[in-house]
Amino acid sequence: MVAENTTKNLSITLRVWRQAGPKAPGRFVDYQSKDLNPNMSFLEMLDVVNDELTLKGEEPIAFAHDCREGICGTCSCTINGKPHGPGHGVATCQVYLRAFRDGDVVTVEPFRAAAFPIVKDLITDRSAFDKIQQAGGFITARTGSAPDANALPVPKGDADRAMDAAACIGCGACVAACKNASAMLFVAAKVSHLGLLPQGQAERDRRVLAMVSTMDAMGFGNCTNQYECSAACPKLISHDFIARMNADYLKASWRSVFKPEPASSAGGAG
Amino acid sequence: MATLDSKIPPGPLADKWRNHKANIKLVNPANKRKYEVIVVGAGLAGSSAAATLADLGYRVKNFVFHDSPRRAHSIAAQGGINAAKNYQNDGDSVYRLFYDTLKGGDYRSREANVHRLAEVSINIIDQCVAQGVPFAREYGGLLANRSFGGAQVSRTFYARGQTGQQLLLGAYSALSRMIGAGAVEMHTQSEMLDLVIVGGQAKGIVVRDLVTGAIERHAADAVVLATGGYGNVFNLSTYARGSNATAIWRAYKHGACFANPCYTQIHPTCIPVSGDYQSKLTLMSESLRNDGRIWVPKKKEDCAKDPNSIPEADRDYYLERIYPSFGNLAPRDVASRAAKRVCDEGRGVGPTGLGVYLDFSDAIKRLGENGVRERYGNLFDIYHEITAESGYRTPMRIYPAVHYTMGGLWVDYNLMSNVPGLFVLGEANFSDHGANRLGASALMQGLADGYFVIPYTIGDYLATQKPGSRPNADGAEFKAAEENVRAMTKRFLDIKGREPVSHFHKRLGKIMWEGCGMARTKATLEKALREIPALREEFWQNVLVPGSADTLNQSLEQAGRVADFLELGELLCLDALTREESCGGHFREEHQYPDGECKRDDEKFNHVAAWEYQGKDKAPLRNAEPLNYEFVKPSVRSYK
Ligand SMILES: Cc1cc2nc3c(=O)[nH]c(=O)nc-3n(C[C@H](O)[C@H](O)[C@H](O)COP(=O)(O)OP(=O)(O)OC[C@H]3O[C@@H](n4cnc5c(N)ncnc54)[C@H](O)[C@@H]3O)c2cc1C
Ligand code: FES
Repeated sequence: MVAENTTKNLSITLRVWRQAGPKAPGRFVDYQSKDLNPNMSFLEMLDVVNDELTLKGEEPIAFAHDCREGICGTCSCTINGKPHGPGHGVATCQVYLRAFRDGDVVTVEPFRAAAFPIVKDLITDRSAFDKIQQAGGFITARTGSAPDANALPVPKGDADRAMDAAACIGCGACVAACKNASAMLFVAAKVSHLGLLPQGQAERDRRVLAMVSTMDAMGFGNCTNQYECSAACPKLISHDFIARMNADYLKASWRSVFKPEPASSAGGAG
Repeated sequence: MATLDSKIPPGPLADKWRNHKANIKLVNPANKRKYEVIVVGAGLAGSSAAATLADLGYRVKNFVFHDSPRRAHSIAAQGGINAAKNYQNDGDSVYRLFYDTLKGGDYRSREANVHRLAEVSINIIDQCVAQGVPFAREYGGLLANRSFGGAQVSRTFYARGQTGQQLLLGAYSALSRMIGAGAVEMHTQSEMLDLVIVGGQAKGIVVRDLVTGAIERHAADAVVLATGGYGNVFNLSTYARGSNATAIWRAYKHGACFANPCYTQIHPTCIPVSGDYQSKLTLMSESLRNDGRIWVPKKKEDCAKDPNSIPEADRDYYLERIYPSFGNLAPRDVASRAAKRVCDEGRGVGPTGLGVYLDFSDAIKRLGENGVRERYGNLFDIYHEITAESGYRTPMRIYPAVHYTMGGLWVDYNLMSNVPGLFVLGEANFSDHGANRLGASALMQGLADGYFVIPYTIGDYLATQKPGSRPNADGAEFKAAEENVRAMTKRFLDIKGREPVSHFHKRLGKIMWEGCGMARTKATLEKALREIPALREEFWQNVLVPGSADTLNQSLEQAGRVADFLELGELLCLDALTREESCGGHFREEHQYPDGECKRDDEKFNHVAAWEYQGKDKAPLRNAEPLNYEFVKPSVRSYK
């Protein structure tokens, strides 16, 4: 099931960030990649380059990827200075070589942010996002205790809005795109998804307080309304959700008589 | 010879699960925290299981090779999840979902398991909505449904084209809550490389930390594998690149039986291959078949023409022609083979001739372009991104691709394998889909297993284990398993051959697709069975794995997975060769009706084939678990 390569070829110089480990120094290294089919994906090009490096006895470029269809949030390259590269509303794995011209020099770096330390080459550690979720990104619903799903109608508009926010793939492009390395769009998306639904009301205050305080503790920067985050988001999640979360946070702070619990104990099993 | 006791409870079909739950052994609440359970995998099956078991009070350790549990392959499921809610009042019921699933599986699954699946499907939707899964809704605020292949009712719940994502994020949020509460110890980027058996029971695992390369031993009272399907044995598939069979394969080598490996599903609506650099195939949700019409030109000469210029009279809407009552919604295996047949006749389209049209022009006339965009906009965008063509202007081109594996480790009604203490959930087990899975029922099965089955059935085993009797991870069995893993790692790095791992994976994929793909014959299978061992031999002589064992090394990870595929592929072909009948996704050309439909042989093959490892270079043993149809009479599956 292999096609004839009928389309014209292109050659690209890749300028790739190489870094052996978290503490090792990093630097850009150039690789020539020739005879590329424009229908090839950007990551397929890295596959080809890696096989060539392997055959030459060099270490291949470590890069994160899995689904290769823009949904798992694993891939995370900054291409020519833009998280996820030249496309609009796509992840790195959805970039195709037809976006480049023959002879282009293309820089490839990991997502850069203090809260996402580099693990190796293009791979970063984004576990800070998981920590924020663990602090409060859920609705407590013990298995088996749920009422009938249609017992609580949800207005279509609210459900659609919640889905708009829930579409986040947790890739971290928003953080990488922000000059303050803020995680506000990521947190706001989860807070809004759950806060827009009637099921999410009971824990609404606690959720926003706990998630925001964990976000701060993980070393993400502040939001100064630059909106680079939404522009880089592969799901084009709107920064309106940030305003919504700020309002939620304010209300919750007023109402709260307790201090937000630390990440480790928030949302206890009880 | 393995003992295969399915432990199907007695009594009327509809009462089995209820009675079983009432009779099953319980672990008292104070004792639960004395038991430790290892769950490998955090897809729908693993994360729902880990979260629920932890909420019940068990101490849970969860392992994934991904950098976050949220990235499991389940995230990519698009179309939807079935449930017998009958919210549309269109005649659906638990029985009908049971029957459709059983028939869809071509009468090669256990009645009792499938009925339980249909029963708990109802609870799944309730559970997910309570967690905040934003399913599609109607204007009145109630849940919306769509229909899927192999069904004549509308019972599929969905969240745009991202149902798997939303269901997984729901389960991930439940899991996150338990991690935050300290009830689940989460190990990300930890790949299970061996199972540890102590006294004949599964009591632990050995993992490699994919970041530091450290090899770790973990002991538990029971081990749950929810590690997904093995479709990447074909290399090109709709699976995520990282999906692999290592966990179940290494359990197989410790005596867990592998059931029906040849039952693989080829999905009819995927974007065709474009070049040999291709790393994965992208699925276009089956929901497209609700409104898109599939056709090829009647005449070979027309295949290269612009499809819009081919008049209606010269088009062959072959699914509508052959299957008038199900039409474009025929089940996947049926639709895929039909596509293959027309392409084999030379009527395929696109640059490779391996493609058929999926045409929305009628739907656009009926609903308007915006109407179509509202329903399928994201899928049209995906298609455009990949092919640079617009599905609104010209028909899309699609071709079948490997998508799902019905086979997997053998489990009993409690989801326990024949190795006591080893449970297997989700796509990794063989249990509910027989020889073919209907659309929107893998998500249902994964969540059924994790939320509603294992939390009960694991107690039946743990109650037989004395609290605190868990072995120590310093025991001899653990050390031996660790040694085994270290030796294998060293071997990969020491070969220093001339071909990267990816080349072997591609070559294996080609052998598998040609020998054991959509249609299989004795000759193609025998050829594959000659080629695979030769390729494996070559791999162990000539693979080139750069780098070292004590850092993040993706080539090394890949080498281990491909080494396992090179063995599993052989078993898959052997199973296909031995099963001399056609059923569901397993189509043996020798066994078909004159119209090309599957010809089952219920006399000889109305059983599960459960393969048992006998040691290196020894032929595996084929055990059979008979399928007793008590309630439904297997008939020739017809969708005409
Ligand atoms: C593109 C696509 C679309 C689909 N759409 C639908 C649909 O619409 N409806 C439907 O019902 N089904 C659909 N399916 C099928 C369905 O998505 C899968 O069958 C299902 O999600 C599998 O879930 P799982 O929990 O069993 O495994 P997975 O989601 O594959 O999870 C496997 C887990 O195991 C871990 N793991 C694996 N091996 C190891 C190891 N050795 N060590 C440590 N961890 C390991 C992984 O990290 C991961 O967490 C689709 C499948 C594909 C490919
Ligand atoms: S690889 Fe999954 S989003 Fe890119």
